[in-house]
Amino acid sequence: MEPIKGRVYKFGDDINTDVIYPGKYLSITTDREEMAKHCFETVYPAFLKDARPGDIIVAGRNFGCGSSREQAATCLRYFGIAGVVAESFARIFYRNAINLGLPVLVAPGITRVVQHGDTIVIDLEKGSVTHTRTGTTTESSRLPDFVLGILQDGGLIAHLRRSLSRGGEQGVE
Amino acid sequence: MTIAEKILARAASRTSVKPGEVVTAKIDVAMSHENADVVLRAFREIGLDKVWDPERIVILFDHRIPAESEKTAITHQRIRNFVAEQGIEHFYDLKEGICHQVLPESGLSRPGEVMVGTDSHTTTHGAFGTFATGIGATEMAGVWATGELWFTVPASMRINVTGAFRKCVSAKDLILKVIGMLGAAGADYRSVEFRGTTITSMTIASRMVLTNLSMEMGAKVAFCIPDDKTIAYVRERTREEFTVLLPDGDAVYADEIEVDVSDLASMVACPHSVDNVKPVSEVAGARIDQALIGSCTNGRLEDLAIAAEVLYGKRVAAGVRLLVIPASRRVYLEAVQKGYVEVFLRAGGLVLNPGCGPCLGAHQGLLAPGEVCISTTNRNFKGRMGSPESSVYLASPATVACSAIAGAITEPAPGSGQ
Ligand code: SF4
Repeated sequence: MEPIKGRVYKFGDDINTDVIYPGKYLSITTDREEMAKHCFETVYPAFLKDARPGDIIVAGRNFGCGSSREQAATCLRYFGIAGVVAESFARIFYRNAINLGLPVLVAPGITRVVQHGDTIVIDLEKGSVTHTRTGTTTESSRLPDFVLGILQDGGLIAHLRRSLSRGGEQGVE
Repeated sequence: MTIAEKILARAASRTSVKPGEVVTAKIDVAMSHENADVVLRAFREIGLDKVWDPERIVILFDHRIPAESEKTAITHQRIRNFVAEQGIEHFYDLKEGICHQVLPESGLSRPGEVMVGTDSHTTTHGAFGTFATGIGATEMAGVWATGELWFTVPASMRINVTGAFRKCVSAKDLILKVIGMLGAAGADYRSVEFRGTTITSMTIASRMVLTNLSMEMGAKVAFCIPDDKTIAYVRERTREEFTVLLPDGDAVYADEIEVDVSDLASMVACPHSVDNVKPVSEVAGARIDQALIGSCTNGRLEDLAIAAEVLYGKRVAAGVRLLVIPASRRVYLEAVQKGYVEVFLRAGGLVLNPGCGPCLGAHQGLLAPGEVCISTTNRNFKGRMGSPESSVYLASPATVACSAIAGAITEPAPGSGQ
């Protein structure tokens, strides 16, 4: 996968999925573009004004904790967020993001070296995050190959479509 | 091996597994609620006609029932059509109650099995020795297609609990205390095993409070080790065969924690995070507008029994709205038969239909800016129950009932009816 370059939109620790995607919009189940209009709407309304497609979210510990609502990953992906780099992720959000084709990277220490508005490059295959202004590189966990495969195909659905059409193979490991 | 390792080894047809390994496990039960609508759209996109096994898929409605909007009504309708088309038998529509109560009641939460649900509190079913965890909707579509899912084998954490609870103190106070100690990410990706004499003497319903709230410290799965009580509960409700898997004596734990509950006081999680835990006495006197007893955490018969005991012959304070939501139709029926519902109504409470109600802020009983609710539910995130300027305190049924009478946060004490 090509490295991804983008502007940083920064958040703190324990950003939960109610904050990312408010419960009052859960009745939106199919319209992804509509979901994208409500990212962070109630608690961080500035996001919808200031963030741009192509931005990369950098966050602290436990990003995406709380409810399993997939809309939290969907709204970011369809808003155009290019990836999320965090000190750590809550596990359901992490899996949802991969399944929807939204790149996620665990990069311990990232919040200390990267500021809001900086530009970074994330390299999923190497497992690294590079700060373009200072040139510093932060190592991140590298995703297992079959997980990278899901991202490469653009998410689990496309991945399953491909692998099932190759004949019976489950494509999840 | 720990209990999580044993179950994953069985489900992956392996003799043993180790933490950190990635395995593909066969799924025994796959549960969805209203978000089955998101799942079925993703399932259609895969391009298959039939789900892998209609007998292993469970669908019910609990989050927004009865439909609060035309949009939800259409969602329900689309799912009903899908259920009919696929021949999914375990479909409970909107009459049964909250998934994490209905599945155990229906004998679908069984020891030794792997359950996935498109709901984060699926960890609840670990109270029956089930490897049960929440997944997203797209991932569920993959399960509907293949019957399998990949898991990283989690490292395990053992929480050994000893001592007897003081009167008025219960499982809710224990788990809030533990979450306060460990933090919202304190058990991230872990399999948590609750062990010890306090756990073995607990009711099944109380054990479910522990595994339910373990999600709020990041646990991937949580367990109470199955014993005679568990087996009796499950056998009464299903004719399906199941194999009880127990942790080995030489199992390896990444963390071990000891908790003695003898001196434990009533606890409360203060706004706006579940790990912001304090003894109730520290926030006693704080004004409330709403008191809520219900949810997949504390909406079971024993919870309603405690609340009824406190509220018997009393009145809810003027200006306070008491909402009671039995977790399921069966719980509701028993609460009617035992006279609890009458107690709530005479006290000035409102008894709603079984379901999630205001817990997730989708409909029913939401909060206005500046309002405060004390609730037996499991999340108090900003804006979770309505306005982002409202606040939610999480506490035990005894604390919530006592607070409803007083009109302010109140520590339940022997003699307060409890
Ligand atoms: S009661 Fe609340 S926490 Fe439980 S399943 Fe319903 S919305 Fe989720």
